[in-house]
Formats: sequence, C-alpha cells, structure tokens
Amino acid sequence: MPTLKRGLTLLVTVAATLLGLLLVTFLIGRVVPIDPVLSALGDRASAESYAQMRTQLGLDLPLWQQFLRYVGDVLQGDLGTSVLTSRPVLEDVLRVFPATLELATVAVVLGALLGVPAGVFAATHRGRWPDHAIRLLGLIGHSVPIFWLGLMALLLFYARLDWVPGPGRVDVFYEGMVDPVTGIVTVDALLAGETEIFWNAVQHLVLPSAILGLYSVAYIARMTRGFMLDQLRQEYITTARVKGLSETRVVWGHALRNIAVPLITVIALSYASLLEGSVLTETVFAWPGLGLYITNSLLSADMNAVLGGTLVVGAVFIALNLLSDLLYRLLDPRAR
Amino acid sequence: MTNQKMADNTPLLEVSNLRVAFPTRTGMAEAVRGVSFTLAREKLGIVGESGSGKSMTGRSILRLVPPPGRVTADRLAFNGEDLLAASSRRMRDIRGRRIAMVMQDPKYSLNPVMTVGRQIAEAYRVHSKAGAAEAKRRALEMLAAVRIRDPERVYDRYPHEVSGGMGQRIMIAMMLIPDPDLLIADEPTSALDVTVQMQVLAILDDLCSQRGMGMIFVSHDLNLVASFCDRILIMYAGRVVESCRASDLHAAQHPYTRGLLASLPKIDERPGDLPVLSRDPAWLES
Amino acid sequence: MTAHTDTRSAGWREWLTTDTPQSRAQARLGRAWAGWTAFRRNRLAVAGLLIVLALVVVAALAPVLAPYHPYAQDLNNRLMPPSAAHWLGTDAFGRDILSRLIHGARLTLMIVALVAATAPLAGLIIGTVAGYFGGWVDTVLMRFTDIALAFPKLILALAFVAALGPGIENAVIAIAITSWPPYARIARAETLTVRRADFISAARLQGASSLRIILGHIMPLCIASLIVRTTLDMAGVILTAAGLGFLGLGAQPPLPEWGAMIATGRQYVLEQWWVAAMPGFAIFIVSLGFNLLGDGLRDVLDPKGD
Repeated sequence: MPTLKRGLTLLVTVAATLLGLLLVTFLIGRVVPIDPVLSALGDRASAESYAQMRTQLGLDLPLWQQFLRYVGDVLQGDLGTSVLTSRPVLEDVLRVFPATLELATVAVVLGALLGVPAGVFAATHRGRWPDHAIRLLGLIGHSVPIFWLGLMALLLFYARLDWVPGPGRVDVFYEGMVDPVTGIVTVDALLAGETEIFWNAVQHLVLPSAILGLYSVAYIARMTRGFMLDQLRQEYITTARVKGLSETRVVWGHALRNIAVPLITVIALSYASLLEGSVLTETVFAWPGLGLYITNSLLSADMNAVLGGTLVVGAVFIALNLLSDLLYRLLDPRAR
Repeated sequence: MTNQKMADNTPLLEVSNLRVAFPTRTGMAEAVRGVSFTLAREKLGIVGESGSGKSMTGRSILRLVPPPGRVTADRLAFNGEDLLAASSRRMRDIRGRRIAMVMQDPKYSLNPVMTVGRQIAEAYRVHSKAGAAEAKRRALEMLAAVRIRDPERVYDRYPHEVSGGMGQRIMIAMMLIPDPDLLIADEPTSALDVTVQMQVLAILDDLCSQRGMGMIFVSHDLNLVASFCDRILIMYAGRVVESCRASDLHAAQHPYTRGLLASLPKIDERPGDLPVLSRDPAWLES
Repeated sequence: MTAHTDTRSAGWREWLTTDTPQSRAQARLGRAWAGWTAFRRNRLAVAGLLIVLALVVVAALAPVLAPYHPYAQDLNNRLMPPSAAHWLGTDAFGRDILSRLIHGARLTLMIVALVAATAPLAGLIIGTVAGYFGGWVDTVLMRFTDIALAFPKLILALAFVAALGPGIENAVIAIAITSWPPYARIARAETLTVRRADFISAARLQGASSLRIILGHIMPLCIASLIVRTTLDMAGVILTAAGLGFLGLGAQPPLPEWGAMIATGRQYVLEQWWVAAMPGFAIFIVSLGFNLLGDGLRDVLDPKGD
C-alpha cells in the first residue's frame, strides 16, 4: 500500500507544518510589547482584577501550556476577539476572505492564461528574439513594486482615461444591494439575477486582478518554458513529428500534456503566493479582503486580528500545497 | 498498387553527398560528411559505432535533425521528389504516411501520458479522414498484426504498463498503420532483451515484405545486420567506408570493416583475446 | 590576435586562458576570466551589473551628489512638478525628491546588504550541516526547513514587524527570518553531491575535523549557487522592504525610504503624480538591476538551472 503510506506521510507533514505555523504565530503573540491584560481591561484596572484576568487568560501558566491552550482554542475556531471591530476574529476573517479569494482566483486565471502560452512560445523559439523578449518581460514583471504599479494604473486607467471604475468592489451606488450568499460579489450578483451589478463588479475586478496576476505571469511563464524545453528534447516528441503531426499538435497536444501535472503544481503555488500578495494590492485598490483587514489591524496594533489573519492565510497556503500534491497523483498516469 | 510501384524504375530513395553539420564555438562540426546511396524496395543496413553519423543519416531523411543542425545534400530525393526543397507542410504529409521511423527505446519514444491505443489511432487519423471509431478499429487490427494477443486490453494501457518488447511492437504498429513506403529502423532492438529481439525482428521482416516496403536498418550490430538486410553500408566518422551486399560481407575491403569482422567472436573457435580495433586517421579523409 | 592588439594584454590573456595553469591562483583567475567572458556577452546582465554598481556609487557619494539636503523643507515650493531647479519635483513639504531618492539609495543598499549577509549565511550553515552529517541531523533540520518553506513569507514578515514594532531594523530582521529556508535547501543539495567525493574522504583520512571539512571544502563549493540565488532574491527583498515601508511598517518618516515615499505621495497621486511615481521608478530600476545581474550570473555560474 504505497499510496496509503505516502498519503499518511503527507498528512503528517501538513499537520507538522500547521503546528509550526501555530508555534510561530503564538511566539509572535508573546513578543508583542502590548500587555494583553491591559488591552482587555483598560489601563485603569485594579491590581486585583489584573491578577484575576491574568489567570483567566492563562498567562501565569508555563509557556508550553499556554501554547497547548492556544492550539486548543484555534482548533475550536477561537482566534480571539478583534479590538478594532470587537467581533470574533474568525467571523471577521470569514466575512472578508471571499473578496480576497475572488481577486486572487481571477488573477491566477489571468496569470495562467498569459503565462503558459508565453512560456511555451519562449521554449519553441529558444534562443531567438521571442525567447529573449519574454525573458526580459518576465524579469521586468518581477521587478515592479506591485503597489506602485497599482497606483500608477489607477492614475492612468481610472483618473486619466476613465476606462475602469475606481477602487472598491462595486460602485458605491450598488454597495449592499445583493445578499452576500457566497461573499463573492460577481457570483452573488449572478445568483440574484442582477446583471448590471455583475458587470459593474467585473469592471472593478479587471484592474486589480490584472495587476496582481502580472506577478504570476512571469513565474508561470518561466517555469513553463523550463518544463517545455525538457519535454521538447524527449524522444517521444520526435515520434510525434515522425507521425506527421503539425508542430502545433506536437507542442500543444503531446508536450503540453506531459507538463500539465508539474504546471498545475506551479499554478497552485502561484495561487498561494497571490493570496498572500493580495495584501498590498488590496491596500491600493481599497479591496475589502483579508489583506486589507490584516493591514488595517496592523496599523491599529490589533494583534489578535493580525495573527488570526496570518494563520488563515498560512493555512490556505499550506492547503494549496497539499492540493497540488494530490492533483499530481490524480492526474499523472505514472503516479497512479 | 504495390506491383505498380515495384515496376517503377525511380529508386525509392536517392541520397547524394549528404552532410549534417552542427555549429560549435570553434566552427562547424560535421556529423555526416558526404554520404551517398540509393535505395530500392529492399532492406539496407547501416552499421557503425556510436557517433559515426548513422542515426543522423536516418533523421536527416525525415528532416528531423534538431536545430541548430544543418542538412545539405547534392540530392536527397524520395520517389523522385526533392526532400530538401519540400515545404514543411509537404514534409508533414510525407512523414508517417510515406516515410516512418522506429526508434531505439519504446520507454522514451512513446508518449508516457497517452494510452498506446490513442497514439496509434492518432497516427492513422493524421493522414486519413477516418472517424474515431474507424481509427480505433484499424489500430486494433494493427496491434493484432504485430502479434499482440489481447489488443483490446493493450489499447487502453499506458506505455509504462507494457514491457519493452511489447512497447517496440506498439511502436511498429504505430509507424506502419498509415502504410508507409519506407521505414527507417533506428537501432530498433538494441534496448530489448535478447530473447525478444528476434521476435521483434521477425515481425518487422514479415510486415516489411508483406507490404513491399523499403527499410533502412540502422544498427551497431554487424552480425544482426548481415543476417537481416540485403545490403550493408559501413559508416565511420560520418562517412561510408564500405558498401556491399550482405552476402559479400566476408569479402569486404576496407580495413575498418575487416577490423570489425575480426573482432566478432565466433562460436566454433576457441575464444582468445578479441583483437582491438585500430583506427587510422587517414580513414577520416578517404 | 589582430595586429594592433597590445602584446602585453595578449600575454595576459594567454596566461589566463591556458589549459595548463602553473598555480592554483592562475587556475582560479583563469576560471574567473572564462566566466567574465561569458558574462560579458550577455548585454542585459552587464546592464544589471552597471545598475547595481551605480546604486553603490550613489549610496557612497549621496551627500556629494544630492543637490539639496534630503530633509530640507521649503513650504513655498510644495508639490512642484519636475523643473530645472528640482529635476524630479518636490514633495508635500517642498523637499527635493531627487535628493531624497539619492539618500534613499543608502537605505536600500543597507537593507540589501544586511539581508544578503544574514539569511544566506544561516541557510548555508543549516544546509551544509544537514547534508554533511546526514541521518537524524539531516531529518530534523530539513523537516524544520520544509515547514518554514511552506510559510507565507510576506504575511509572516508583516506579523513579525507588527510584533517587533515598525522600523527599518525590524523590517530587515523580519525579511531575513523569513527568507533563509531556500538557501538551506540549495546548500544541502550541493553538499549531498560532494559529500561522498574522494577529496572529502582524503581530507577526512588526513584527520581533518568535520568543522574543517565543512568550512574549508564544502562551503566554498556551495557559494556559486548561493550567490546566484541571493542576487535574484535581492530584487524580492527590495520589493518586500518597499512594501513594508509603503504600509508604514518599515522605515519611519522622515527617512527617505523609497516605499515610504510612495505611501506619502499616494494621497496626491491624482494631481501631483510625480511624488509617488519617482520613488517607484527608483525601486523598479534597482530591483531590475539585481534581477538582470542574477539572471546573467545564473547562466555563468549555474548552467544547469536552464
């Protein structure tokens, strides 16, 4: 049962990684120079109620017991209460997460739609100008500060050219007009049959997702090119040419099928990094997602919210890693 | 149809002064240096050590020398048609349909993520207007023709699920399904177990003579080629050093061929030390 | 080779490109020369090198090159567009943007240098120790590395800075803490390829200690790959540091850090675009420089990467 064994190893790895993540967020929470007792009681608390609160929060316990308590709380879905919104952090995070998911998903789809063909094209034109041009564009894409590019894009396409609507997920006029069923505005608008709101939301989505996706284009293109070059050297490619297939079918039908699996891993990984990278993009585009939530909490030193948000992003990040590994096994006939 | 082709006097393949060169930092390196031969509907063996240019010769006929390699020839014609002048579109019509190639190791020459059935059916459909069902039927027939016992089951297998010998038979089926006139077999049995080598050769031989195809059989194994082919070219360092009928091989003149023959162990003699092949730099220029 | 080539330089070239070097130093210089010749042919990589060198020069000579003091306010000349007096315009306090960018180069270089001096070193130590000793040491260290590798870097850096308090030193610490794992992986992979080599066995037979073998024989062999990776990562470090500055978590005002400058220019972006645009260009050019340089170095030092 090698599959079962590998599955178990994977599960243990994921569990260990999540535990490591919890340890890091726990330790960060401990080094914060903010007294959690005072922030719970206010700074006029009596010594008596201070001590009582301290016991209640478990701060008199040894560090490892505090950690176990923390893990237990998190497993029960208790990420603490946000000072800023005075609501449970988990509730806040679940409310804002769909916005981030929507942004990152569209971004990664754009990234893959551009990146894969660019990488294939670079590989089939290896050493000639399209290859160099795509390589240079990739390096440029990896050198632009994304928040700055977002600002400049807003300046150009919104303020000067008026091609796209401004920041936010929908025009102010439409805000709150559809019920948040999934929390993803485009989907909710379609569910409610509000095509007008749907198109408005799509227009709002174009610029931030394109800017965010740009970052993954370079990475996806680079990896695609590398995988493709490996495949084009293989003997089965010669076989396909000997059969009389057109170059298009050789490349897109035979070679691409062989890199599909590692490519999906790459796309899943860049999806994870886009979820993370949305922090800066959301700030620029006033996109009310997890990234904006975390940065707003940072600026008001709301550590419960920051660490809770970090934990959720981290867990999704790790989950995507796991997912890509599972997909690998499902899709590759050699791994079945 | 076959008879009519046989009657035609144009040779199947004419190769004259074929050269394949690769640019290197210090200039052009020639892998094939002026090879000439003609081929009728017969089995021609090309023998040489690795690096002698024998595989490149095969690939340049299909114009599949990997870039940046460059192929030139005074004449490279298939059925009277100039292959070097053919458009890439015309070349695709010729590949598979008229000239096919079986390569060394089915482990690498079959697409690992497509079922073998799909790969064979695809080879058929490229050159015909047949529908999917028709292509599948033909593919199953072809699998049976290469003596695979349970074609239906093998059809849905992936290459890593079949043995080397079966893989090579699948490869042959795929290459012969569009009914080509010329088959280039590039070391088709070198990667196989000795026990299945003969089986695969027998299949190749049968199908070749049934269909009246010409064949170029590239190998490093002089014995094998001598017993299997009608004519033999011996290549050394990108040149043909000897060309003779297989039956006249014992009378070969060139010292390299004589050296090769002398280094073959014989079953009826006491095994002593095998002689070491000596190489004369003058052969490079001959 | 041509007639007018200086004979002395031809002699040097011959000495460098000989197949039979007479000393270790000659062999090393010869290899460096061969690498340089290959590197020089890549024009983009040379451009990258020039950008990075320019950053160093500008940072070193900032007080000489900057036309104004970076903090000198001139409230009568607030938010002026680029002009002869202020080539890149002025910001909300009438400070000269060009001068602030020039002084900001020092901060950028400092961040890059500090991260480059710490994270790869930590990774090198962890990776070589894991690879050299193998067994449970390897298992423990690499599990640890894999776990750290699966963390979201940017978010964790944000959380670290939030905990430690905003500031440029804490930003550097946060970036360094989150960026060592890939170096450990690379160093371990390189170590594994040479661990069983004969010259390592020979050194061991001569009685060299593990510490000596790791320091003297294994680490030098890991350097090439690490340099390539570090150079490529520096672009990312610059972008992360600028991002932290943009969020108000990195360098604090009035420091002329480029990311923080973009943040302050943000509120004027629709009218006085240059206040936010100029620092962004600076970040872009410098990080492109590191990317081009790293890309060129990869071709020379680590050809298997392609």
